[in-house]
Amino acid sequence: MVGTLAIIVSSALVYSAPLIFTALGGTFSERSGIVNVGLEGIMTIGAFSATVFNLFTVNIFGALTPWIAMLFGGVIGILFSLIHAVATVNLRADHIVSGTVINLMAPGLTVFLTKMIFDGHGQTDLIKARFGKTSFPILKDIPVLGEIFFKDTSAPAYVAVLVAILAYYVIFKTKFGLRLRSVGEHPQAADTLGINVYGMKYAGVMISGFLGGMGGAVAVQSISGQFSISTIAGQGFISMAAMIFGKWNPLTVMAAAIFFGLSQSLAVIGSQIDFLKNLPSVYLQAAPYVLTVLVLVLFIGKSQGPKANGQTYIKSK
Amino acid sequence: MGESQYVIEMENITKAFGNFKANDNINLRVKKGEIHALLGENGAGKSTLMNILSGLLEPTSGTIRINGKEEKISSPTVANRLGIGMVHQHFMLIDNFTIAENIILGSEPTNGVAIDNKQAYQDILAVSEKYGFKVEPGELVGNISVGMQQRVEILKTLYRGADLLIFDEPTAVLTPQEIDELIVIMKELVAEGKSIIIITHKLDEIKAVADRCTIIRRGKSIDTVNVADVSQQELADLMVGRSVSFKTPKGPSHPTKPVLKIKDLVVKENRGLNAVNGLNLEVRAGEVVGIAGIDGNGQSELLQAITGMRKVESGTVEINGKDMTGQRPRTITENSVGHVPEDRHRFGLVLPMTLAENIALQTYYKEPLSKHGILDYKMINSHARELIEEFDVRTTNELVPASALSGGNQQKAIIAREIDRDPDLLIVAQPTRGLDVGAIEYIHKRLIEQRDSGKGVLCVSFELDEILNVSDRIAVMFEGQVVGIVDPKETNEQELGLLMAGVPLERARAEVAQVKEGAVSHE
Amino acid sequence: MNKKNELVRSIAVPVISVLAGLLLGAIIMLVFQYNPVEGYGAMIEGAFGRAYNVGEVVRLATPLILTGLGFSVAYTAGFFNIGLAGQALCGWIASIWLAMTFPDLPKALLVPLCIIAGTLAGALWAGIAGFFRAQFGTSEVIVTIMLNYTILYISNHIVRYVLTDNADATPKISPNASLRSDFLTQLSGGSRLNGGIFLALLMIVLVWVLMKRTTAGFELRSVGLNPLASEYAGMNAKKNIILAMVISGALAGMGGVVEGLGTFENLYVLSAAPEIGFDGLAVSLLGGGNPIGILLSSLLFGVLKIGGLKMPSVGVPKEIVEIVIASIIFFVGINYAIRYIMDKFAAKKMTGKGEA
Repeated sequence: MVGTLAIIVSSALVYSAPLIFTALGGTFSERSGIVNVGLEGIMTIGAFSATVFNLFTVNIFGALTPWIAMLFGGVIGILFSLIHAVATVNLRADHIVSGTVINLMAPGLTVFLTKMIFDGHGQTDLIKARFGKTSFPILKDIPVLGEIFFKDTSAPAYVAVLVAILAYYVIFKTKFGLRLRSVGEHPQAADTLGINVYGMKYAGVMISGFLGGMGGAVAVQSISGQFSISTIAGQGFISMAAMIFGKWNPLTVMAAAIFFGLSQSLAVIGSQIDFLKNLPSVYLQAAPYVLTVLVLVLFIGKSQGPKANGQTYIKSK
Repeated sequence: MGESQYVIEMENITKAFGNFKANDNINLRVKKGEIHALLGENGAGKSTLMNILSGLLEPTSGTIRINGKEEKISSPTVANRLGIGMVHQHFMLIDNFTIAENIILGSEPTNGVAIDNKQAYQDILAVSEKYGFKVEPGELVGNISVGMQQRVEILKTLYRGADLLIFDEPTAVLTPQEIDELIVIMKELVAEGKSIIIITHKLDEIKAVADRCTIIRRGKSIDTVNVADVSQQELADLMVGRSVSFKTPKGPSHPTKPVLKIKDLVVKENRGLNAVNGLNLEVRAGEVVGIAGIDGNGQSELLQAITGMRKVESGTVEINGKDMTGQRPRTITENSVGHVPEDRHRFGLVLPMTLAENIALQTYYKEPLSKHGILDYKMINSHARELIEEFDVRTTNELVPASALSGGNQQKAIIAREIDRDPDLLIVAQPTRGLDVGAIEYIHKRLIEQRDSGKGVLCVSFELDEILNVSDRIAVMFEGQVVGIVDPKETNEQELGLLMAGVPLERARAEVAQVKEGAVSHE
Repeated sequence: MNKKNELVRSIAVPVISVLAGLLLGAIIMLVFQYNPVEGYGAMIEGAFGRAYNVGEVVRLATPLILTGLGFSVAYTAGFFNIGLAGQALCGWIASIWLAMTFPDLPKALLVPLCIIAGTLAGALWAGIAGFFRAQFGTSEVIVTIMLNYTILYISNHIVRYVLTDNADATPKISPNASLRSDFLTQLSGGSRLNGGIFLALLMIVLVWVLMKRTTAGFELRSVGLNPLASEYAGMNAKKNIILAMVISGALAGMGGVVEGLGTFENLYVLSAAPEIGFDGLAVSLLGGGNPIGILLSSLLFGVLKIGGLKMPSVGVPKEIVEIVIASIIFFVGINYAIRYIMDKFAAKKMTGKGEA
């Protein structure tokens, strides 16, 4: 029983980690008033660049490679997210249209580059250094809990949890957070108080690029092990749903992401679990998506995000 | 080396938006320690000028001196540093933030990285106590009254050390009593050494509070006068540029059968509280009933319930002898009701659609504008042309988007659309908000015309002048109920003000009488 | 004068966007040391070289016209239907299922039945999102995205375990259910061009009439532009929300039917929801929601995508086409900037003339 639970928890954490990072990214963006449906594309870019980085530097960084590659994926994510920032903040593009462009662009661009780098193949080579399974010293020896939570588990997931706590602190306790939120709620009021509205929106989108890129990097380095067009298939959108379900609060967003990670992982490991074994796989595969819809309908309804979310702020001069 | 006696000198300020000059060589000088009024009609360029002074807009040309020194106010931060603070007409407040968060935003005290809430609360309480008004820093702004929100706006400027405060139409949303309190606060501020600019188009307020007044018309500064030396009529003539009549001529009313009967009506507002709370009211054919009241006492919800746009919790609405409680808007409209909604941009018009389509908005589905579900654009457009002609809507043609029209002409188009259906009951809300004097005169004339042709008119307005001018009976609304019905010939603004603040009729009459005895000099 | 200007501008924006997208593609090719003239040359040959290629271009454009129209109807009414792909897949499944259940019905009966079934299935799937939006205010963007994935897995399950015994694709449908015709096939040198194009052209006309000339279209436009004013004017906002999504889904469903009965003549296990969904969205944005614009941009997508298949013959990966398409939509999205620049140019020209 403890063994089954340990499998469920650790695989749920593996699948949750990318969602937590990305959903937190979306939270920063939307807190600044920029809707970001491009998270999927940002994850794709992050996953691709981390894979390439991992493959080419594993000889230099060794076991640390996945972590550095994760940061690298985040940095490339920032660069990519700038397209969204420029389009929505300066050029007054519709946020959803611009996000859709990100989602259309990312797969084409990454597969194009994959073919350039890997002799015309549609997917990259397999990476050698993955996140793998981590056991936390001391903690792993706690009876029962140690085996479930701290043995052979996903280290990025725990980093993601820390990032969520940090994000909560930043958004609700710091000067930066107050200003970020003010811009998403009432940009004109913020403007009259001398807050750099465009700057804050850029910050929000770029943080979403960083965290989304890291989310993609974590996904590829702990789940598929190589990049192809199907590495990121919907995680970005699910992260968006987690952000809404978590009502734009980093801690509840994290909880929602873990919930979706769990339901995603069940579709994968269902066959290893006794009471799920005989269920047709379609139920477990469709479950996260159907659950999302039900959760939105039953618990959120008209979701109340930041007041000026999705609106272009035009500074008059 | 004599210090300048002026805190602000704006010279030859011009601001052009494309070909349109919102400000055209305007001059404004404000003395230290005075309350200086800026008077002008809507669209005269007052707000543009003040946005320049507070750093939100850059002037196309002209110079600004602060305390005698030439300055370039390139951003709100610079304005702040120069001691200029603005209390906006539409409060620049974030509902989901606390009072403290709203005040400190942009100049937050921190201890290391986190915001220091304790310090913030202390500072805010210190400032608010100095000027004698109380606030609760931890309260959410969305939960406090409009008057309190205005104080938060004032505190925002004081917290930043403003020496010159600009009040943009500060009384638009206040009760007469709250206005008195505000005047006290303003005088206190001046006594403490601050200077004040007040933007307004209300003449009695200027007489009550201001020392000097600069009049602006069509983007140009016309004159600066000592308020004590001029009468209200002179100010009005300067503002409009011709002599103005305040009263719409009208004969006595001849009411007949009731067209609207409301019994024990209860309606909820968006948050689920009762906004209309057991209200009773009757409107008869051939009379204008005005509803006076402060914003937020259930007027909007009342009209929405009558016209089917909001659920009725209990009670009945009878129109033309038929029970219309809880019917759909279209059913009610077809029972001979015309409705000029309170917010023409949100409710009255579909701005991007053509003027003709907007004029057809209530009748597009009926012959002759459409047949069997197919629209007849020839008819729609020619019908629009007729109404444009009849109601003097100024536009290039009927095919421009409604957004291309000025506010006054948009309102005329809506009134044309609603009157054209020849409704027995005409409901109008804030019919002249934001319009210039000419348009106001025209619209009031049309309303009286409707009355004289035997229609019932229900008019809701926050402008007491308007209510007193057009109504045959005035119903005062307070907290979702009609608390008194008075004859406009027998009442006055003071009495209405007290009623609007919830004081019972008898006591209001007594109080007004007392004040009159005590201060005859006021007359 | 003003109106003419606006017309010129609304045509200029997509044209400039397309040119800018192609230019960006050329720059990328240059960066990776390909010859863009060769690359685009191959594309043109791939799109127009033979009757077969032209046939394929039109074949590919056909479902895009339908999903593009579908997107535009919802968008006009104020909804962002990102679920076209799922709705199309629904139509695809329904039409194939019906075709496999009654393979021996006469063609004149079976084809219309399959089209109707697919259309209804798409309408129903979109109706779910419309209903939730109308009833609970749930964002249609999220709901339709989730429904895309849901139907994807359901579809794969149906292929494997309902329509076949653990196979990855259903057998070909009977000719009685096919949209292909000998005439079109021969005309286009054996391409998969099919009768769906006539359906698509018919829908262009019908959607135009619906949106511009009927009271129902008037209400949809009005609700999309200002729901509060529409309700004030007695329109039923909830009804119109659902109606807009249902019509949108019906058109997407038809697009799926064309894929099922025309292009592939079967249903198979998919790894992602059909491309015609997102492409339809893109086509509609590029076409400015205008039926003729949608027709033209669908054909352009056909040229890019079919022509793109030939690009690897000169070494260029075909994904360059996707980058070009994404950039085109990017430029359409920032049309404010394009209009701004055009105005600046126009103003300069005017003053230039004045001086002369």
